[in-house]
Amino acid sequence: MIKKFFRILSVVPLAGWLLGGFTAVLIEYYLGDLISYYLYLPKVPVLFGTLIMLKEPLLIPSALAYNLIVYILPILLVGRLLAPVMNGLAALLEKRPLWLATIIHLVAFYGILHMWAGINDYRVLVVKLTMIAIILTISLNIINGYQGEFSCSHPGFMALGAYASSTLTLLLFANDKMFGEALLNPALGPWLFPVVLFIGGLVAALGSLIVAIPSFRTRGDYLAIISLAFLFIVKSAIENLEIIGGPRGMSSQPNYATLPVVFIWMSLCIWIIHNFTTSVMGKALNAVRDNEPAANSMTVNTRKTKMTAFMFGAFWAGVAGGLFAHVLRYVNPSTFGLQKLAEILAMVYFGGLNSIYGSIVGAVSISVLGEALRPLQLFKWIIIPLILILVMIFRPHGLISFTELNVKEVMRPRNKERSEGGE
Amino acid sequence: MAPLLSVIDMTHYFGGLCAVNNFNLAIEPGQIKGLIGPNGAGKTTVFNLITGVYTPTEGTIELMGKNIKGLETHRIASMGLGRTFQNLALWRHMNVLDHIRMAHYSQLSYGLFGAFFGTPKCREQEDQVIDNSYKLLQLFDVKQFATQNIGNLPYGAQRRVEMARAMATKPKVLFLDEPTAGMTPDELIRMIEIIRQVHRDFGVAIFLIEHRMKFVMELCESIQTLVFGEVIAEGPPEEIQNNPEVIEAYLGKEDVH
Repeated sequence: MIKKFFRILSVVPLAGWLLGGFTAVLIEYYLGDLISYYLYLPKVPVLFGTLIMLKEPLLIPSALAYNLIVYILPILLVGRLLAPVMNGLAALLEKRPLWLATIIHLVAFYGILHMWAGINDYRVLVVKLTMIAIILTISLNIINGYQGEFSCSHPGFMALGAYASSTLTLLLFANDKMFGEALLNPALGPWLFPVVLFIGGLVAALGSLIVAIPSFRTRGDYLAIISLAFLFIVKSAIENLEIIGGPRGMSSQPNYATLPVVFIWMSLCIWIIHNFTTSVMGKALNAVRDNEPAANSMTVNTRKTKMTAFMFGAFWAGVAGGLFAHVLRYVNPSTFGLQKLAEILAMVYFGGLNSIYGSIVGAVSISVLGEALRPLQLFKWIIIPLILILVMIFRPHGLISFTELNVKEVMRPRNKERSEGGE
Repeated sequence: MAPLLSVIDMTHYFGGLCAVNNFNLAIEPGQIKGLIGPNGAGKTTVFNLITGVYTPTEGTIELMGKNIKGLETHRIASMGLGRTFQNLALWRHMNVLDHIRMAHYSQLSYGLFGAFFGTPKCREQEDQVIDNSYKLLQLFDVKQFATQNIGNLPYGAQRRVEMARAMATKPKVLFLDEPTAGMTPDELIRMIEIIRQVHRDFGVAIFLIEHRMKFVMELCESIQTLVFGEVIAEGPPEEIQNNPEVIEAYLGKEDVH
């Protein structure tokens, strides 16, 4: 029965799902209020009704019905019914260059996300933070998954990036209490924001050398402790630097990290990291992880490789930190503590080591779950670790580990069988 | 003309223990030489010293007239010294094709920037590497496993992948550390053929450690016998086979009652 159901759906290409999603979002946009009114819901459910369900159990049927009417049915019906059309489209796109097809899909996906998030500000925030979590998770996967070290300093790198870019934007483009008048015309701000983020990333990458250099001689538990120490060094250094706000943190960053900006950075991050990890240069990380003497004998410069892994991962953590600071428009040192570390590590190990797919799955599921279970307060921190433990028991390397992202395979038309078969 | 690889008076101490004493070796282009000796004689240490895993306490090592003593292992490897390992040193999460691709590392010049953005130069070189890798896989008869994880291969095939990987670094001298350890007699015969083929097709000089006399006798032009870090005999196979000191080292002294 279930198998049959999935077989019916297996002919829907990605473009079909996107069209279905688009329909769902349109329905919600125009009819959301009406539908929720008739289902006795106080307002349009924000996060698939999870918050309402947990707060008022009596409304569970209504919330489920809302999900069914607004999301599930339109996506399934439109996706399945228009599958032949969309397969034709996918076949057409398959003949075009890969980048063109990818960009078209990304733009369509962004459109859906934009409309879905447009309903209210809370959704915008959740989407932005989820995308930042994706950058963080993939970048930590470089060090912990691809390179196979156990680095605990990711929130530290993030803090470096967040503070460096916040300082720059506040100094250059904002009139604020901390640094006074803006040095440059604030109108330039949004255009120079990528440069600012880049510099934030570079600062984090430089900071990562403190962890990267000991990694030449030690690995495993010892490196984990060194990197943990680095995290605390960064945190207490920022706490004691009055010039950047000390423990009070920095606030009123300009609102540069809009939804499209974060989305573009996330796509860029996925693209670059995918390129890197599938090249021989990136495979060197795996070689060093699996057998360092063998890598050395096969002409791999292991030191350079380790340094690259750390600096590259830290760079993206710094970028993510910069985005994070400009999304919340407030940072303080206690944000970048052990809890953040636990969160990122959970995303990486839940999603799967050595896999971009896995990292995306891990980041999205843990951040959405974290938001959805918010009404449970403390119990949230029992449920999420429990899920993590279950995943570790049944899939020790995470949900989707050691899989390469294959964009072409994702976007291909599904109406004819391929000779190579599935996963 | 100087030999391809020359090792002169190489001595190494681990703390107070003399692991290798006054080891000398000269390999001419296209030669196959063997190194035999009982367990713990220091054969693998000799390999590790020449390939740069350890730096010898004394002595000189030259590859094609250039000093390689004290250089990092990957530098020595990219200068033309390939090796395989005694207990297979493969990358357990990688597939077979990636193993061979990986070994082209030092031959790539596109740099990190190229890798990040997938520049045309990067793609061109990567395609070349993949082509070359398939050729090597074909040659070593492991092409059918190309996309499989290395752990799924039978032992003999893993050995061949390791050889193919070593050849992908374009070595001038190939070091084989017990290439037939744990092999069945059938696989052994196949290995002899493969080593002959590598020797013939690539014109590479080979230096190998081996325990099986049959194998060494078949392949090597000259054999050195190492006992407690010292070379006690050197010469063509027949001579070594009948050398009383070698027999003594392997089988013990004949007691006369």
